[in-house]
Amino acid sequence: MACKKSTVPFSGTKEQEAALKAAIAELKDTPGALMPIMQKAQEIYGYLPIEVQTMISDEMGIPLEKVYGVSTFYAQFALQPKGKYKISVCLGTACYVKGSGNIFSKLEELLGITNGECTPDGKFSLDSCRCVGACGLAPVMMINDEVYGRLVPDDIPGILAKYN
Amino acid sequence: MYRSHVLVCGGTGCTSSGSQQIMETLKKEIEKNGLSDEVAVVQTGCHGLCALGPIMIVYPDATFYSMVKVEDIPEIVSEHLLKGRVVTRLLYKETVSPAGKIKALSDTDFYKKQHRIALRNCGIINPEVIDEYIGTGGYEALGKVLTEMTPDEVIQLLLDSGLRGRGGAGFPTGLKWKLAKQNEADQKYVCCNADEGDPGAFMDRSILEGDPHAVLEAMAIAGYAIGASQGYIYVRAEYPIAVERLRIAIGQAREYGLLGKNIFDTGFDFDIDLRLGAGAFVCGEETALMTSIEGKRGEPRPRPPFPAQKGLFGKPSILNNVETYANIPQIILNGPEWFASMGTEKSKGTKVFALGGKIHNTGLVEIPMGTTLREVIEEIGGGIPNGKKFKAAQTGGPSGGCIPAEHFDIPIDYDNLISIGSMMGSGGLIVMDEDDCMVDIAKFFLEFTVEESCGKCTPCRIGTKRMLEILDKITKGTAVMEDLDKLEELCYYIKENSLCGLGQTAPNPVLSTLRYFRSEYEAHIKEKRCPAGVCKALLSYHIDRDKCKGCTLCARNCPADAIIGTVKNPHIIDQDKCIKCGTCIEKCKFGAIYKR
Repeated sequence: MACKKSTVPFSGTKEQEAALKAAIAELKDTPGALMPIMQKAQEIYGYLPIEVQTMISDEMGIPLEKVYGVSTFYAQFALQPKGKYKISVCLGTACYVKGSGNIFSKLEELLGITNGECTPDGKFSLDSCRCVGACGLAPVMMINDEVYGRLVPDDIPGILAKYN
Repeated sequence: MYRSHVLVCGGTGCTSSGSQQIMETLKKEIEKNGLSDEVAVVQTGCHGLCALGPIMIVYPDATFYSMVKVEDIPEIVSEHLLKGRVVTRLLYKETVSPAGKIKALSDTDFYKKQHRIALRNCGIINPEVIDEYIGTGGYEALGKVLTEMTPDEVIQLLLDSGLRGRGGAGFPTGLKWKLAKQNEADQKYVCCNADEGDPGAFMDRSILEGDPHAVLEAMAIAGYAIGASQGYIYVRAEYPIAVERLRIAIGQAREYGLLGKNIFDTGFDFDIDLRLGAGAFVCGEETALMTSIEGKRGEPRPRPPFPAQKGLFGKPSILNNVETYANIPQIILNGPEWFASMGTEKSKGTKVFALGGKIHNTGLVEIPMGTTLREVIEEIGGGIPNGKKFKAAQTGGPSGGCIPAEHFDIPIDYDNLISIGSMMGSGGLIVMDEDDCMVDIAKFFLEFTVEESCGKCTPCRIGTKRMLEILDKITKGTAVMEDLDKLEELCYYIKENSLCGLGQTAPNPVLSTLRYFRSEYEAHIKEKRCPAGVCKALLSYHIDRDKCKGCTLCARNCPADAIIGTVKNPHIIDQDKCIKCGTCIEKCKFGAIYKR
């Protein structure tokens, strides 16, 4: 899904590049190193733009299409930058039957974006996720590491206001 | 020596409702009252009663406080911990009898039918301290296996116990190990599936957070039994607390010589590495999980060759899930007869279920196999809230099905669930009431499978997509009866022809709802009506003229300006503008708005 902020050019720093190279050097010889390295890269850059994937490919001697194949297979790897505040709404079964679909629609309506997108100012990104394991608090959403539970759609404007 | 221990739940459920702040405040208050040498605060794993979190238990009396708030802490410290007076208003109300007497937690409806084996340490010990695990008999089973038993004896013991895989399919664990042992190789691998992908199930996460060493110990036992020196735990990256506690546990076990070289001076080497899953449901399938550990796209491989012959990195491997492993040390210590004495003829022991959805006591329960659905939902779960009627229980997640009220008294075990069109799965149990539309639920699961299908085989990749399109038509009221036949035909085709478990079970939610709730599908198609009032395209909202007082509240809150009317006169809804969001129903104080 296209991100409205996708025109943002890649701007990696020297420090980030050094950190990535160090991580690759450390993990390179362990069996099945590609995924742990990509997870590390995403930690360093926040997402995996093609520039970062190319670096991984060059350093590890793995064809870029293999790296790209892995990055597009797993939901965790983001090819577009995320917002400053990452909102994820749980659409697992327990939350769904308790109305998390309506929470998601309310967020779409208020933010003007849909699943996988971020707002043009780069502030919020919206994703659905599968079960954060807090089913006792259903329906649940997370903004970065903060968990909000037992939500009703009317709670959403107030919660968003805290981040504005 | 402390005179009192205060246990605070640090599982994900309670952490989400603020248990970390509670622990900090508690420590501060204890210090302020000069009790630091007398009272110890311990962070534990999950107690199971997540609906009532944050949970706090004060020992030696096991006083059980629920839904504790930061503001309550000074009172608990000054009253209970200092003066010994229980703060009755904060007690879990099931532990207080009508006469005001406090009863033991194990006598409450939620706990009395439970039998905790896999969860036995969860909520009791501090998972970040290996000594606490050892103090409850931890690593004794590994010691016994390495010093007193041959690998074949270990495998025979597991076969005798009747333990079957807790991840879903229920394959006998001992047999899996036996097959892997038979294959000679220079290296073999022991893998642990901690990529709990079934939405609504969180038992594995709770075990990893509450008792990580039990899993490590069992993996080492497996390593000895099949002849492997390396283990991998494939754990979801979405479970940060579990990942952290596993890291701590592996570090401590290495330090104590319980992982690494020459364990217990027996010459046996075994070590464990973590691999983080990256959010792909298909990686719960064994061959896909192994491909993912290899660092590739997690696509399943055709079997044979089975992982016991050619698994991870092409070597003989076994894969068991977290709950299966958590049972093993106890089976070794207490003997196979003890384990086999619980459960039904073909399903032994206990099973952990994650109760969720429309039920009072959401949380984790561990019950002997053979317990009926009625006992789980009505007694342990405390029934359905808001006086609503039970409609169905969903087990097995996207691979399972919906069980209707007519099977309320069926004893839960692997084979019974399959015979009624569902499956055990990893143990999610979601309760649905009369307000849930079964077509919508089937569509919800199909959306999930369509998104998570890896795309390798055609029946699953294209077939599930076509099924979803038909379901979409039904919920929008544009389907015809022939579509229902086509849907059913597709179900069987996909079941028969898909490569892996994901595709083979993907039609189950549709098949089981068709089997038990066919009339609901027909109402959508023939009458263009959603009986549960869920499918938006088939609903319209109306105002009852006799009940409407003309307070204007609905009109003021309508986001689409679809409600017309003047003060003190009955309002009406403009059906062309109405977006069916339901705000008006929520706002109306007179119950004058209805949907049909």
